Amino acid sequence: MNGLIGRKLGMTRIYSDEGGAIPVTVIEAGPCPVVQVAAPGGAGARVQLGFGARKPKRATKAAAGHAAKAGVETTPRVLRSFHLSADSGKAPKPGDVVTVAIFEAGERVKVTGTTRGRGFQGVVKRHGFRGGPSSHGNTRHRKPGSMGPGTDPSRVIKGKKLPGQHGNVRFTELGLSVVRVDPERNLLFVRGAIPGPRRGIVVVRKQGGRSRYA
Amino acid sequence: MNAMDAIRREGLREDLPEFRAGDTIRVSVRVREGDKERLQVFEGICIGRRGGGISETFTVRKVSGGVGVERVFPLHSPLVAQIEVVRRGRVRRAKLYYLRQLSGKAARIRERQES
Repeated sequence: MNGLIGRKLGMTRIYSDEGGAIPVTVIEAGPCPVVQVAAPGGAGARVQLGFGARKPKRATKAAAGHAAKAGVETTPRVLRSFHLSADSGKAPKPGDVVTVAIFEAGERVKVTGTTRGRGFQGVVKRHGFRGGPSSHGNTRHRKPGSMGPGTDPSRVIKGKKLPGQHGNVRFTELGLSVVRVDPERNLLFVRGAIPGPRRGIVVVRKQGGRSRYA
Repeated sequence: MNAMDAIRREGLREDLPEFRAGDTIRVSVRVREGDKERLQVFEGICIGRRGGGISETFTVRKVSGGVGVERVFPLHSPLVAQIEVVRRGRVRRAKLYYLRQLSGKAARIRERQES
């Protein structure tokens, strides 16, 4: 398997043996039962994993039946699909359980989650515009300013950065490295920050290439 | 966040003595030179502690060759090999930043009597 569903627990720091402090995010990852496998066999297989548990009373018959088909007794709270590439090994069977043991310290991962919603925000917060001076007769404090050229295009260029909904979008943080894996408590320690609030659901996937941090 | 609190407590060291701002302490720091490791001693007045839990740090100030030197150490870092309390000081502040403006006789701190 090449990925796992988890829950962000929060951030702390870990001291390396050299004494440096490493900022880490702790993710409670797995154990994730395999709920469905489409196109089994090596590359191209799509594996659906579950995470968490729904109360039997709250689970819809459809969701419970879907899980039961794979031999998973507790209905998972969330389901996510993973595409296996050629190098992610053999596809697991429905009913198998995937744990954090698939990761090891030093590996590169990418973490996908939903960023914190900040509501409808102006251009200063949303796009990092500088805004204007607060005094000396100035009235353009946090306004966006000019919309662009005038008569010639007679329209606003598409993609113009304007106020609007900020955050609450899917975001993937790339090139994070795994600092520590704790299979007993299903914990994953990842260097750096990841999207979303505490207790937010995230997907951790393996990644090739370089780290953002040396 | 009980799970998180437990994780944060894991890295805490319990082998450190109790000390506070005003105390004169001797910190043994692990220094790597090439592949050799040795201990370097930094002795001075603790002028404050800040932060809490695993990220707590403390600042030690000493006057070396007429120049004030301050070092900030992460309390729970493995680089701090040992902390010894040389002298307990009686002060009325948690942060002794005012010592930076003082020198010589004025920068002395009264000794605290253990009751």
